[in-house]
Amino acid sequence: MAKPTNKEKHYLFDNPRNVKLLFRIYYSCLLLLLVLDFFLHKHAIFGWERWPEFYAVFGFVACVALVLAAKYILRPMVKRRENYYDK
Amino acid sequence: MISSLPPGAILILGSLLVPLFRGKWKSFYLLALPALSFLNLVYWDAGQSLAVNFLGYHLVLARLDRLSLLFGYIFHLISFLGLLYALNIQNDLEHSAALVYAGSALGAVFAGDLISFFLFWEMLTVSSVFLIWSRGTIKSIYSGFRYLLVHAAGGLCLLAGIVIHVTKTGSIAFSYIGLNDLGSLLIFLGFGLNCAWPLLHPWLTDSYPEATIPGAVFLSAFTTKTAVYALARGFPGTSILIWIGAVMTCFPIFYAVIENDLRRVLSYSLINQVGFMVCGIGIGTELAINGAVSHAFNDILFKALLFMSIGAVMYRTGRVNATDLGGLYKTMPLTCIFCMVGAASISAFPLFSGFVSKSMVMEAAADGNMRLIWFMLLFASAGVFHHAGIKIPFFAFFSHDPGIRTKEAPWNMLLAMGITAGLCVFIGSVPGPLYSLLPYPVNYTPYTTSHVLGQTQLLFFSSLAFTLLILSGIYPSEIRAINLDFDWVYRKGSALFVRCVIWFFDTLRNCSGGVLSRGILPVLNQVGKDGLARAALLFMVTYWMLTGTRGKRLEMKKTKLYNDIMKGTLPIGLGAGLAALFISVLFFLTR
Repeated sequence: MAKPTNKEKHYLFDNPRNVKLLFRIYYSCLLLLLVLDFFLHKHAIFGWERWPEFYAVFGFVACVALVLAAKYILRPMVKRRENYYDK
Repeated sequence: MISSLPPGAILILGSLLVPLFRGKWKSFYLLALPALSFLNLVYWDAGQSLAVNFLGYHLVLARLDRLSLLFGYIFHLISFLGLLYALNIQNDLEHSAALVYAGSALGAVFAGDLISFFLFWEMLTVSSVFLIWSRGTIKSIYSGFRYLLVHAAGGLCLLAGIVIHVTKTGSIAFSYIGLNDLGSLLIFLGFGLNCAWPLLHPWLTDSYPEATIPGAVFLSAFTTKTAVYALARGFPGTSILIWIGAVMTCFPIFYAVIENDLRRVLSYSLINQVGFMVCGIGIGTELAINGAVSHAFNDILFKALLFMSIGAVMYRTGRVNATDLGGLYKTMPLTCIFCMVGAASISAFPLFSGFVSKSMVMEAAADGNMRLIWFMLLFASAGVFHHAGIKIPFFAFFSHDPGIRTKEAPWNMLLAMGITAGLCVFIGSVPGPLYSLLPYPVNYTPYTTSHVLGQTQLLFFSSLAFTLLILSGIYPSEIRAINLDFDWVYRKGSALFVRCVIWFFDTLRNCSGGVLSRGILPVLNQVGKDGLARAALLFMVTYWMLTGTRGKRLEMKKTKLYNDIMKGTLPIGLGAGLAALFISVLFFLTR
C-alpha cells in the first residue's frame, strides 16, 4: 500500500490519451443512440414512449433531478457527524 | 433414504460438524453440503410433500411446487457460491451460522404450514445475527442487538397474526392468505418487516454494512428473498403492495447517492430492487409474479456479486468508504471486472440478468395502465444505474487514486465472483432456462428492438448525467458522515421510552418510599411499641398494686418495664413465652 512513485508502472488510465479515447467512444455511443431512435420501430404501450428520444431525455433529467434533490434537499436534512449516535 | 430428508435439514444438521474438520477437508465439507442438499432436493418429485404430526397438527415440511422450487434452487446455488467465497475465512462460527441460515431459508420456503414456516422464519433471524456479530467490532455488536430486537418484534407480530388466523380459519396451511382481517394484517406486517418496507427498513441498512465480509453476501440473499417468497405465496395481487413496492424502489436511491459506506450503498440498492419484486407481487398478474420471482432469482446473484466484490476490496484494503478508496482497477483488475458485471446486471443492461426480469414487472405495470407506478419504476431504473451501476465501481476502482497498491483477491473469492458473474451474463443472454423454472408459463420476449434501444438510451443518458455532474463538480462529494434515516425514530424513541420508564418507576419508588418510610412505618412502629408497653403496664401495674407495691418502688418498676419494652431489651424467655402464648391463642381461636 505504498504511495505511487515515479518508478511505478503506468496503468491503463494513467495515460490521458486513453482517457480521451474512452470519452470519444462514449460520446459516439450516445450520439449513435440518439440517431438510432429515429430509425428503429418502436413498440410502445404508453403513447409517450413513441416521443422522440423519450428514454434518453428521461434518463438524463431523472438523474440530474435525483442528484440535485439528494445533494441540496436530503443531505442538509439528514447529515450528522459520524459519532452522532455514540454520545 | 436420503430423499426423505426435509430440504433444509442437510445444511442445518451439517453445520454442527463444521468444527470437526480442518484444512482442505473443511473446504471440501463446506462445499459438499450444499451440493448434497441440492441432490436431495432434485430427488424429490415436484408436487410431492413430506408431513409429520406434531401436537395434533399436520406439519408439512416439504411442499414442492414451482414457486418453492425456484427459491430452493437459487438458495442452494448462492449457498454454494457464498461458502466458496468464504473458504479463506477461518471462522467456524461464521461458517456454521451461514449454513443454518441457508438451511432455515430453505426450510421456510418449503414449509407448507404456518407453524413450521414460523419456526424456520425465526431461525433465520437467530442464525443470521451471528454473521453480524462475527465481525467482532463494537458497532457490529450493537447493530446485531438492534437487528435482533427489530426482528423479534416482527416475529411476534407474525406469530400473533398466525395465532389469530389459525384460530379463525381452523387451518394451519400456508397458502393464499389475502389481506382481510386483523390476523392477516399482522402476518402481512411481519412479512413486510423482513422485506424492508419503507419505515420498517432501517434494520437492513443499519446491520448489513456491519456484517462480516462473507456475512453480508449471505444476508443479502436470504432474509429479504424469503419474505418476497412469503408475500408471493400469501398475498399475491394485494394492491397496496404495488404502492409499497414503488415507494421502495424510489426512496433508497436518494440515500444511496449521498452515502459514503459502499456496503451501505448496496444495502439501499437492495431495498430498491426488492421494491420491484414487491410491486410485481402486488400487481399479481402471471407476468408480474413471474417478473417478481425471476427478479428475486437474479437479484440474489447480482447483489451477492456486488457484495462479494466490495467485500474483496474490504478484505484486501481494510477500507469500505468511498472517501478512502479509488484506483483499485490497477491492482484488482479481475475484481473490478466482476464488480462491473454485477453493476451492469443490477442496472438491467441488455445481455445482463436484470434486463430479462425487471422489464417483466414494468411491462406488467404498463399492461395494467398504472401510469404513475410505471414512471416511478422507470425513475428507479435510471436511479439504480446511477448509484449501484456507476457509483460503486467508479468510487471503488477508478475515481481519485489514494495510492492503495494491494493484491488481487484470493483465488476462492475470485472463483466465486467469476461463477456468479458468468451466471449473470448467461441468464441475461439466454433467459430461456430461467423462464422455464418460473411459476407460470412465460409468454414474454425481453429482446425486442424498442426495449433494447429504450433501456440502453435510459442507461447511457443516466450515465451522461453522472459524467457531467462529476466533471462539473456538482456531484455531491463523499463526506465522512452518517445520514439519519427512519431508525432515528427507533433509536431516539427507544432511548426516550427507557428514560420515561426510568423516570416513572423512580418517581413511584420515591413517592412510595416516602409514604412508607416517613409516613406509615414510623406510626406503625410507634403504635406497635408504645401500645404494647401501655398494655403491659396496664396489666402489670394492676398485678403490682394487688401484690402491695406502692410509691417510689412502683414508679421505678413502671419506668423500667416501659423502657425495656420500648428498647426491646426484655429477657428472651419472656419474649418466647409471649410468642408461645400468642400462637396458642391463635390456635384455639381458629379451631
